[in-house]
Amino acid sequence: MGTPRVGYTGYIEKELHHDYGGDTVFGFWIYILSDCVLFATLFAVFAVLQNNFAGTIEARDLFELDYVLAETGLLLTSSFTFGLAVLSANHKSMRGLVGWLMVTFGLGAGFLYMEINEFIHFTHEGAAAWSSGAWSGFYALIGTHGLHVFAGMLWMLVLFGLLFKEGLSENNIVRLMCLSLFWHFLDIIWICVFSFVYLMGVL
Amino acid sequence: MSSNRTIVTEADPIFGRLTLDSIPYDDPIIMTTFTVVAIGGLGLAGSILYFGKLKYLWEEWFTSVDHKKIGIMYVIVAMIMLFRGFSDALLMRSQQAVAVASESGAGYLPPEHYDQIFTAHGVIMIFFVAMPLVVGLMNIVVPLQIGARDVAFPFLNSLSFWLFVSGALLMNISLFVGEFAATGWLAYPPLSGIEYSPWVGVDYWLWALQISGIGTLLTGVNFVVTILRMRAPGMTLMKMPVFTWTSFCANVLIVVAFPILTVSLTLLTLDRYIGTHFFTGDMGGNQMMYVNLIWAWGHPEVYILILPAFGVFSEITATFSRKRLFGYTSLIWATICIMVMSFVVWLHHFFTMGAGANVNAFFGVATMIISIPTGVKIFNWLFTMYKGQVEFSAPMWWTVSFFLTFTIGGMTGVMLAIPAADFVLHNSLFLVAHFHNVIIGGSLFGYFAGITYWWPKATGFSLDETLGKWACGLWTVGFFMAFMPLYILGFMGMTRRLNYYDNPVWNNWLLVAGAGALIVLCAIAVQFYQMFASIRDQKSNRDWTGDPWNARTLEWATSSPPPFYNFALLPEVRDRDHWTDMKELGLAYKKPSKYQRIHMPKNTWAGIVIGGISLVLGFAMVWWIWWLAILSGVAMLGAWIIYAFQDDKDYYVEVDQIEAVENKHFSNLGRVGESVTEDLESDAVTISV
Repeated sequence: MGTPRVGYTGYIEKELHHDYGGDTVFGFWIYILSDCVLFATLFAVFAVLQNNFAGTIEARDLFELDYVLAETGLLLTSSFTFGLAVLSANHKSMRGLVGWLMVTFGLGAGFLYMEINEFIHFTHEGAAAWSSGAWSGFYALIGTHGLHVFAGMLWMLVLFGLLFKEGLSENNIVRLMCLSLFWHFLDIIWICVFSFVYLMGVL
Repeated sequence: MSSNRTIVTEADPIFGRLTLDSIPYDDPIIMTTFTVVAIGGLGLAGSILYFGKLKYLWEEWFTSVDHKKIGIMYVIVAMIMLFRGFSDALLMRSQQAVAVASESGAGYLPPEHYDQIFTAHGVIMIFFVAMPLVVGLMNIVVPLQIGARDVAFPFLNSLSFWLFVSGALLMNISLFVGEFAATGWLAYPPLSGIEYSPWVGVDYWLWALQISGIGTLLTGVNFVVTILRMRAPGMTLMKMPVFTWTSFCANVLIVVAFPILTVSLTLLTLDRYIGTHFFTGDMGGNQMMYVNLIWAWGHPEVYILILPAFGVFSEITATFSRKRLFGYTSLIWATICIMVMSFVVWLHHFFTMGAGANVNAFFGVATMIISIPTGVKIFNWLFTMYKGQVEFSAPMWWTVSFFLTFTIGGMTGVMLAIPAADFVLHNSLFLVAHFHNVIIGGSLFGYFAGITYWWPKATGFSLDETLGKWACGLWTVGFFMAFMPLYILGFMGMTRRLNYYDNPVWNNWLLVAGAGALIVLCAIAVQFYQMFASIRDQKSNRDWTGDPWNARTLEWATSSPPPFYNFALLPEVRDRDHWTDMKELGLAYKKPSKYQRIHMPKNTWAGIVIGGISLVLGFAMVWWIWWLAILSGVAMLGAWIIYAFQDDKDYYVEVDQIEAVENKHFSNLGRVGESVTEDLESDAVTISV
């Protein structure tokens, strides 16, 4: 390996501060990667089962694109408002941050309300999760996404508490960054859901 | 047993479907086991309380976030589970040795009990023995090899461990309360559906795997981040020790493959609990989809088990050949090839399902191709030994035994990869022989080699060498005797999972296999005795230097056992074999002029509490005790939130404390005297037996 540099001891003399926040955000990216695989699997399940209605009511007779478009609008807007919340945090504006997070929470709640409403409606029409393979695949995919949105909203509530306790601390900024990744990720998943499930379902 | 027990289908609001009748009083085997376990458990708990060790265990171990302690706990749990998994193996071998008859009910195990035993054996050996041994070794070694002070997320590491323990406990509870799955270790529907498995067995399987699987997923994320972001300055990717590399690839596989398991288990759970139609035979379900999904996880899983073992052999071969590893770069790329290719071979597990000739051909060829990088590795190790000063210590015995055994197992694997041959050998004992050949001769021997090799690093004293060689020898002989007959029986047409058979010609070979299993029993007994004897004699086996094998990589640069902060000063790496480089430059064992304070995580209650509640959640879900399930789910979330709000998760170790610890180590170095330092330089350190 050749001669070492002058003064080489095998150890570093002055340890630099380790970027723990960076570890967390990177780790969260890795988690998102695994969540991608989870959704990919559910998409594959949906694709395999999507025509197996087995005599139950078919998707194209139930899907209402206008309704889903409104749902989509709520979620996409919530991603935008989350972006505004992060901008406020960057400007050290606690008021802006909490305000925009509340708007995001409200939009998420609206999205979930519409989704659950749709589920109830479909179930009444004879398309429940236990009706047929195609509907099981539908509810598994959409339901898992909805569960993620619900988890994101719970996380927002916890973050409100932590912001109240610690203000714009270094830890809270890291938490906000992770939640922001999570929320935008759910948006991207939803765009795939909208295209592959609803759009292709009515075509 | 399900056959003579009332199956409750209407859940009671308080107890769900749990009744007093759920306990198998009438089965003498289970009740005897239960008595022994109960007496042993009470005795252990009693002695912990009697000696006042509970506080010590709680503070030093159960709440610890130290990767070395978590690793040791993984290995301990794995060895206990090995005991149970191997008991199942003995039950099966003895049943088949005597069950030659023309009708069911032959032998001493009734069919429904036998079916639970082979299912439990597979599940335990893969999920609760092999996985924790892999994860345990990674925990003990990887942070030390990369010069880190802990893993990236110490709390998550503790949580992973306790989730795994909960899964293991849930699986063991099934032995005494209710039943376990009788479906085979991967629980294919429709057999695992509610119609054919109406009671709790499959539910135990689902929740035990779901809980421990989530723990494994967290481990994967944790180690990927640890390896990518916490390496010592100067350690570029291509300077990482091989074990770290193979662990890295295994963890990438965990991150990418385990979500598929999570989904498969969840969908089967939904089929059983709310009547969805993912895998049912009617209403548009697709049973073949389950088999595809479970193997899309399952095949990467076997590489998760074997890759770290390859890493262990690489470290050991280089150390005991007193040479640099031959062809480091090719070995790393071979590992990466295997990692990627492990996702395009899953269909070879069900060639006979009827995917068609072209599909089978693709997966057959892909499977054969994957044997090439594996072969590359064998040559890496052989050429490392070539012209080396090979020292046949116990870890090296395991390694050489592995070369022989694993190569045979790999070749029978290539035979099975030929779809036409697979149509004949599929579901036969040939297959059983093949996968035991690679999992025992490959993975398990690797973990045993690794445990022997790193034992002194983890504990500060060495394992007894002679007993180690006896264990290896007995394991090898026992393995060949137990499994070579199964290849022959496969050719003779004996299918797997038979509770009885009416072909007396098979009986002779099954008797040989049974005798082999008894030799393996002796081997395991020697292993347990080896650990006991080495712990008893630890004063004479002490490793004062931190480097008992004259090894090459970074983990040997610190004391044995390492201080809780691993390295007082972070290493600066300029060579793959950093420790050898240090020794050659004469920089080893030099006391640094000054220290600086070290940032460390604090122990936390959160891992064991959240993991513990997950056991309650799993039990409640198995028995349909809905109120308890909701309560424990909320409690887990609440505990996590309380933890999130907690300050004070880390602290600084001050310089005077570091100095005290380090001075003790350097004075211990003096205790081996000058002779050892000379020995180190003349490459002739041997471990006294």
